[in-house]
Amino acid sequence: MTMHREVLTGKHLMQGDIACAEGAIAAGCKFFAGYPITPATEITERMARRMIEVDGMFVQMEDELASMAAIIGASWAGAKAMTATSGPGFSLMQENIGLAVMTETPCVVVNIMRGAPSTGLPTEGAQQDVMQCKWGSHGDYEIIALAPASVQEMFDLTIECFNFAETYRAPTFLLADGFTGHLWERVVIPSREEIKTVERKKPIVPADKYVPFKPDEDLVPPMACFGEGYRVHVTGLTHDELGYPKTTDPKIQHELVNRLCEKIRKNSDKIIRTYKFMLEDADVAVIAYGIPSRSSLNAVKRAREAGIKAGLLRLITVWPFPEKQVEELSNHVKAIVVPEMNCGQVVREVERVAKETPVHFSSKIGGEPHSPSEIFEVIRRAAKA
Amino acid sequence: MTVLQEFEKHPLAKYLRLERFPHIWCEGCGDGIILNCFVKALDDLGINMDKLVVVSGIGCIGRIAGYIKCDSFHTTHGRPIALATGIKLANPKLTIAVISGDGDLFAIGGNHFIHAARRNVDMTVICSNNFNYGMTGGQFGPTTPLDSYTTTTPYGNIEHPFNLVHLAAAAGAVYVARWTALHVKRLTESIKKALQKKGFKFIEVISPCPEIYGRRNKLGKAIDTMKRYRQICEIRHGYDPAKAEITIEKIIVGEFIDIEKPTYGELLQKQFLTIQKR
Amino acid sequence: MRVEIRIGGFGGQGIIRTGLILATASCVYGDKNAIQTASYGPESRGGRCRSEVIISDEDIDFPKVEHPDILVAMSKEAYLQYVDDLKENGILIVDPDLVPNKRENLKVRMYEVPATKIAEGLGKKIVANVVMIGAFAAITNLFGLEHLKESIRHNVPKAFIKLNLTAFEKGYEYGKSLLKS
Repeated sequence: MTMHREVLTGKHLMQGDIACAEGAIAAGCKFFAGYPITPATEITERMARRMIEVDGMFVQMEDELASMAAIIGASWAGAKAMTATSGPGFSLMQENIGLAVMTETPCVVVNIMRGAPSTGLPTEGAQQDVMQCKWGSHGDYEIIALAPASVQEMFDLTIECFNFAETYRAPTFLLADGFTGHLWERVVIPSREEIKTVERKKPIVPADKYVPFKPDEDLVPPMACFGEGYRVHVTGLTHDELGYPKTTDPKIQHELVNRLCEKIRKNSDKIIRTYKFMLEDADVAVIAYGIPSRSSLNAVKRAREAGIKAGLLRLITVWPFPEKQVEELSNHVKAIVVPEMNCGQVVREVERVAKETPVHFSSKIGGEPHSPSEIFEVIRRAAKA
Repeated sequence: MTVLQEFEKHPLAKYLRLERFPHIWCEGCGDGIILNCFVKALDDLGINMDKLVVVSGIGCIGRIAGYIKCDSFHTTHGRPIALATGIKLANPKLTIAVISGDGDLFAIGGNHFIHAARRNVDMTVICSNNFNYGMTGGQFGPTTPLDSYTTTTPYGNIEHPFNLVHLAAAAGAVYVARWTALHVKRLTESIKKALQKKGFKFIEVISPCPEIYGRRNKLGKAIDTMKRYRQICEIRHGYDPAKAEITIEKIIVGEFIDIEKPTYGELLQKQFLTIQKR
Repeated sequence: MRVEIRIGGFGGQGIIRTGLILATASCVYGDKNAIQTASYGPESRGGRCRSEVIISDEDIDFPKVEHPDILVAMSKEAYLQYVDDLKENGILIVDPDLVPNKRENLKVRMYEVPATKIAEGLGKKIVANVVMIGAFAAITNLFGLEHLKESIRHNVPKAFIKLNLTAFEKGYEYGKSLLKS
């Protein structure tokens, strides 16, 4: 083996799943736990081969419940940790995703979405888990989810996921569709120095002064890990700033749960990424994420050729939802088009924010992304209406 | 002198988060005895409390993680072993003890138990077996004896219980022992042995639940249960765990398994060195 | 300029590897953009198998092949399933020993490359796909030959590089001979 490098600087033809694994390694991931599932297995396989080369830890667990639990444990043992799965496994992970939220555990969960419900379409891509990603575990919480639309972004955004997870101490999701996961495309991997990585905030006070869940101004508490001498107690129960269960005081529940939400909401300007194309004078705006945004880009170009003033807002951050950006847009366009590979998920958020502006939804399920002509047709209809 | 001040004088007080006391357990519950034996073992061994992690699940005994003054994780129901696997593999220098109940470890978490044992991940698992789900008010679980009454077996239990030591041995545990809450010294010695041994170690502790399980099955007070343990327990070291029964007439206790087998961590380290050489 | 290529056959023929070799040649060793997508059935071996490659001088937005400019058919099923999608005057390359009874009224430029037979002549049926790549390179002139050879070296097991490069040369020669005739 000649490649014991953490960053495979250079130009490659890479599969989306593999680029995701390489992004994780470049971000400093040192622990991966997973369970094989199409179409995310290639990530697990790549990590099985690569983790040991970069002094990291790979373990194949007995199921996705265990995988999610293991990365939480590993994160508290000090490692940057990740798991990867698809719909059925993602459902099993929901329980411990809630635990990660409640215990403010930095970790990255990759969901290469496939057709659903249930076992659904194992080999076909979809975007049917977007709402589950936001609401799948019980209770109120906020998470961060990024939606790559290319193999390059499978690499870049996985790094970004780690950086957000470590910054905000929250489970962070790479929400990719199976099509992008299995796509082979060029990836340019920069040098290690050019890759920005974030390390988690550590306590600066001695153990006897440390209050494990007392937040700083950014609402994020510094994190002492196991074995560092701070003797932290961590629980999924509602807890006070010391980390001790407090289950009969409504004020504690109120403060904790609101802070867990607010630490994401209040920092949303730093988290939200979008890509804008020809929106300045647009009458019709397409709002898309993931692979349909590429069909949309092509459709917008066709619309412009046909004399329709169309533009594209691509959501790179799906959660927290880019409300401000969508609201602003809705104030100056006549219509919005939302194509999704599901029966209507993010479109609900768009409708909620866009208020009066008509929203045209284009659903596509079954595996194939929308063709540009399908989206062009909806743009044409929206422009006429 | 306040109660807390009195507590502080106890030689084992430094191992506990005293501000968390009084604990939540009922009078006569075996969980306090398990806590006692565990910290006594820590004290005897001079364990570095900065490198010990106690992981527990959900249930009465699950609260134990919050009472011991070390890094500790009170996880979701059934998942302590899976979570502990992540901790141990990410930082092999830590000593891991999972302390949880029969329902947590063997019903909802049964799959994690057998696979961690199979992998031979380095951790000590202590199960407080009180034959029912005490915290939720006494429902039957994977170890509830046939014909027993619980809130969900109002006409008597018709499910065959697991023999936990047999299960642990079959799944690959390198150390398997069973004691009751009566066997304080032997249990402490067992915990010490397990903490010093490498691999997946399992100790079952038969634990009285006088308020919930005991009451419904007319087992009398905790002291009566303890007396019964003294009458019916038979110490059989090296006994075949498959035959180590728990019945009304007899409870076989002892150290059943004590073998050597490469741990997950050791095999991984070997592989790591080979790959680094390439 | 965007060129869409579809390669169809059955599992075990190296169909997907073929797509990867073409894509790598264009976007790693050459300076074009490329995308490869694949689809296959649940069978590990012997099922229907398809690889699609898009090559473009510009950024590739829509990553799927709709109407291929070039179709390579390495099985009868692939031929029947995909031949109607081919663009008018598109290029059709078939292995005649695997695709009998071709239709006659098609408005395409068809080339017959007995890749499997040539590969058998080299002692390894498995390199039929690389013979096809050689012929493909000669017929389409879409790739730098050195880029393709680099890509083959990168994409096949070390022990078989020489054999594969020979297969490539044989295919290339055959493709050239087709253009002359």
